[in-house]
Amino acid sequence: MTAAAADPMVPVPFRIHKIRRELPDTVTMEIAPCSPAPFTFAAGQFNMLTAFGVGEIPISISGDPGDGTKVVHTTRAVGAVSRALDRLTVGQVVGVRGPFGTPWPVEDAFGHDLMLVAGGVGLAPLRPALYHALAERRRFSRVIVLYGARTPKDMLFRREIERWRGRFDLDVDVTVDRADPSWQGNVGVVTKLISRARFDPYATMAFVCGPEIMMRHVATALAGHGIAEDRIHLSMERNMKCGCGLCGHCQWGPHFVCKDGPVFRYDRIRPLLSIREI
Amino acid sequence: MVAQHDLGPVIDDHPFFRGIDGKLRALLVGCAANERFDAGAFLTREGEPANKFYLIRAGQVAVEIDAPGRRPIIIETLGEGDVTGWSWIVEPYRSTFDVRATSLVRVISFDGKCLRGKMDTDPALGYEVMQRFVRMMAHRLAGARLQLLDLYGPHPGAGRREREA
Ligand SMILES: Cc1cc2nc3c(=O)[nH]c(=O)nc-3n(C[C@H](O)[C@H](O)[C@H](O)COP(=O)(O)OP(=O)(O)OC[C@H]3O[C@@H](n4cnc5c(N)ncnc54)[C@H](O)[C@@H]3O)c2cc1C
Repeated sequence: MTAAAADPMVPVPFRIHKIRRELPDTVTMEIAPCSPAPFTFAAGQFNMLTAFGVGEIPISISGDPGDGTKVVHTTRAVGAVSRALDRLTVGQVVGVRGPFGTPWPVEDAFGHDLMLVAGGVGLAPLRPALYHALAERRRFSRVIVLYGARTPKDMLFRREIERWRGRFDLDVDVTVDRADPSWQGNVGVVTKLISRARFDPYATMAFVCGPEIMMRHVATALAGHGIAEDRIHLSMERNMKCGCGLCGHCQWGPHFVCKDGPVFRYDRIRPLLSIREI
Repeated sequence: MVAQHDLGPVIDDHPFFRGIDGKLRALLVGCAANERFDAGAFLTREGEPANKFYLIRAGQVAVEIDAPGRRPIIIETLGEGDVTGWSWIVEPYRSTFDVRATSLVRVISFDGKCLRGKMDTDPALGYEVMQRFVRMMAHRLAGARLQLLDLYGPHPGAGRREREA
């Protein structure tokens, strides 16, 4: 049983121990249960975070699943609750329910190439999968990270990306949508990086996270490069309330995104991605 | 340095012309040359006659546009395996952007006028080259449209929840 698992509907208080401003609208906070209790999660899962007096939202866990000392979340301020979380300071308390949802199937990629494709703040939910893969690096052939951001200044975890680039056992390629000539890297859409990456399409597992339009195009490109649709996984976002499959708020066709997802196999959701009405 | 008569295999190996029929490729070679550009050199300049296109063999170029009073804006970068320049195939044959080498760049360049002449007299060559250019242009257009959506911005085109509200 983990810190937040006693009653899935009751938020458990967690204290903020560290805050790092990643971008003007994005912060990473490290939290831990106020009354010490273990918290374990699998890469890809999320927590429902409460900003007391404001509301509760789903936020993926962006830290290392192998590090039981803290829970890490990276939040972009877009509305009432995420802005309230953005304003919190070290020592304050947030409510946590979770972890919820399906994980990235990292271990299913053992023996194969693993490709992570992220866009914007979508790198946060993928980072735990990379930590997991790096902890078991010898079990994979290539590990590839492809990341698309808006501009060089909008790159999430920029210093960490530089460190990943320096590793010989990791292929990291980054592109931005716009840049001035001081930027020495790639400019263009993230799908272009797929054409340049070296991987064995018959033995590659791909995880994709970013805005839904980006994920649709990336999944199509990956399939176009020969990766089977059942080896491509996407992390979906829908408005949620309970987070644990009770209320139906996040229903998407036959699925509840909170409990059947957020990580879905592409072949299972491809028909839904093109239905505008749901 | 690759001599002109050795360019055939290099063209065959480049993704843009991969799989092209040998007879058509031989026609291409007659309009091709091996070139290199140092970092900072321009392959094309906006508004100038577009006499050439380039298969990039090594290095990176930036497709950019000059913005008065600001630093130029890079629209796209292209590298090994890419092709740059399509204005040579579309009237009035003038470049629409600057293309600048951001590193040492090695290319096979093609004389547009020479190739247009051959494409006019040999429709099989014309169709083959057009098909390959249209495919590339369709990819670039799709990419440019996605970039326009500003998907990673504060108000992404993806606003499904905005539509719900
Ligand atoms: C499983 C899951 C995991 C998630 N993980 C993360 C995460 O790790 N980090 C993170 O920052 N967010 C994450 N989100 C998104 C986050 O839950 C939403 O941004 C949040 O619910 C918005 O609530 P709000 O009250 O702040 O804004 P609201 O008042 O609900 O919305 C304000 C404005 O923001 C827009 N908006 C809402 N959601 C998004 C979104 N996802 N992207 C862009 N614009 C949006 C709305 O259209 C509206 O215009 C996740 C969502 C899900 C379902």
